[in-house]
Amino acid sequence: MGTDCSVNKYSGRGTRVMAGALACLALVLAPLPSLRAFADASSAPATTSSAPAAAATTADATAAAPVAPADACPAMPTAPCTVTNDKINSGDTAWMLTSMALVLMMTIPGLALFYGGMVRKKNVLSTLMQSFAITALVTVLWWFIGYSLAFTPGSTPYLGGLSRMFMNGALSLADSKTTTVSHLAPTIPEVVYSMFQLTFAIITPALICGSFAERMKFSAMLWFMGIWSLVVYAPIAHWVWEPSGWLAAKGVLDFAGGTVVHINAGIAGLATALMLGKRIGYGKEPMAPHNVAFTVIGASLLWVGWFGFNAGSEVAADGRAGMAMTVTQIATAAAALAWMFAEWIIKGKPSVLGIASGAVAGLVAITPASGFVLPNASVLIGVVAGVVCFVSATSLKKVLGYDDSLDAFGVHCIGGIIGALLTGALVSKEYSGMDSTVLTQLWGVGSTLIYGFVMSLIILKVIDMTIGLRVTPEEEREGLDIALHGERVE
Amino acid sequence: MKLITATIKPFKLDEVRSALTELGVSGMTVIEVKGFGRQRGHTEIYRGAEYTVDFVPKTRLEVAVKDEMAEPAVEAIMKAARTGKVGDGKIFVTDMHRAYRIRTGETDDGAL
Repeated sequence: MGTDCSVNKYSGRGTRVMAGALACLALVLAPLPSLRAFADASSAPATTSSAPAAAATTADATAAAPVAPADACPAMPTAPCTVTNDKINSGDTAWMLTSMALVLMMTIPGLALFYGGMVRKKNVLSTLMQSFAITALVTVLWWFIGYSLAFTPGSTPYLGGLSRMFMNGALSLADSKTTTVSHLAPTIPEVVYSMFQLTFAIITPALICGSFAERMKFSAMLWFMGIWSLVVYAPIAHWVWEPSGWLAAKGVLDFAGGTVVHINAGIAGLATALMLGKRIGYGKEPMAPHNVAFTVIGASLLWVGWFGFNAGSEVAADGRAGMAMTVTQIATAAAALAWMFAEWIIKGKPSVLGIASGAVAGLVAITPASGFVLPNASVLIGVVAGVVCFVSATSLKKVLGYDDSLDAFGVHCIGGIIGALLTGALVSKEYSGMDSTVLTQLWGVGSTLIYGFVMSLIILKVIDMTIGLRVTPEEEREGLDIALHGERVE
Repeated sequence: MKLITATIKPFKLDEVRSALTELGVSGMTVIEVKGFGRQRGHTEIYRGAEYTVDFVPKTRLEVAVKDEMAEPAVEAIMKAARTGKVGDGKIFVTDMHRAYRIRTGETDDGAL
């Protein structure tokens, strides 16, 4: 396992200085292509062109390219394209601007506190740091290439193209009064859609942190999450949500990310738990949460923010968003109660950590179903998730012997699988216009589990062989706050 | 001089303090401690992981008194801190060699 992580030739100061310099250089040089592109006023992946007259501007006669509506949206767009501003729906846009903020809040500080409260006090800051740093890192990578890889059509059904690298071409133009939109959200500006999707790309790796809490090197974590977000998250998002993606083409339904986010993060979490090994003293020493109050605050922020996650995935302010909100609320409540009662009966007392965990399990399970099911189905989804995740979070790891510290696998992967499969069983064709079967959903579940698990292991192995994954035993004993970040909470 | 160390149930602190002040004891130091004697601890459960916590929170008082005050002080503490249930605590009395008041430099009885 990855315990021999002490000094090697890549951990020296010189290497860090060089890496930092390279990163800064890349960031500085990066916008140059987009500056050129802006001057040309050409944007990206055009398909057919029926030209709405984006009138050529009069005043500045830049002899170069006229404002070309070459990428004006066709009737059924299959790639980002341009619309006139009157096609942008202000209600939808207002809602999506809000949803982005809600989902971002789910990570910082929702997930940060949810996890932070569950670790020992000596590791709380390092746990918060993980969520915060991932937010920043994934944002930059998304702008750089992540968005393009996930949400533009590519030459294969497995990965998008590079047309939106540096988010090149996604913008509004004052002169022509046009705005680019994503083919997946044609009534809102493309940048709003991109940023909304970014918040999903952020929370997914942040969820994985729950599995390796209290023992992973910060540098190794940054490398892992950076690579993972491009090599695992972007492709899987593409497979499921991009209409030309192979799972979408198969008819796999995932409204808001049960597969793309939760199964994906959960199985990656299992990979990290297995690769890093158990915490020192696991099973013998007390490792009780140091502040369950934090965890409850975090869970509450997750619950509230999740309306951006699920109802926002409708990318419109309409009845279906309202129904997504409704089933989310009901399923979550059902799951919270289910876990609470299960624990009360089996363990003797209903714990607040339990009810909060139950709520999260319900949120996870309803996620893929939220645009496709009706309230009665959502109660069932919630109850099943609450009970099954109670068992998987409390017993599974004891039985199978791995240290999935904060149950990223036990709650998110298992909850995600429940949600994905029940979506197939409970989708209402009459209400949603979509249909699926449990068998179809299994394609999504299975391919994510396999690809995610294998790729995560590979990335982890590579990092382990170069800089090492795990902190030293002394650092682990001392606590990551002091050892890795030079800070502590009294 | 005597140093009286009393480990008591935390909610009894106010009563004990009042009893000692009534006696004329001029000051004390209080610390939060954990301990157990015959009193059993409790069990916590977090997501199915059970933790048996043996240690029970207690409050420890330290009072320095002149020799002749020792008995009355101990009596007062015993009376105020007793509930009759297991876990009431213990009082230790030790000989104290020296005492100093930092501000003035007074020693021994003058420091108490």
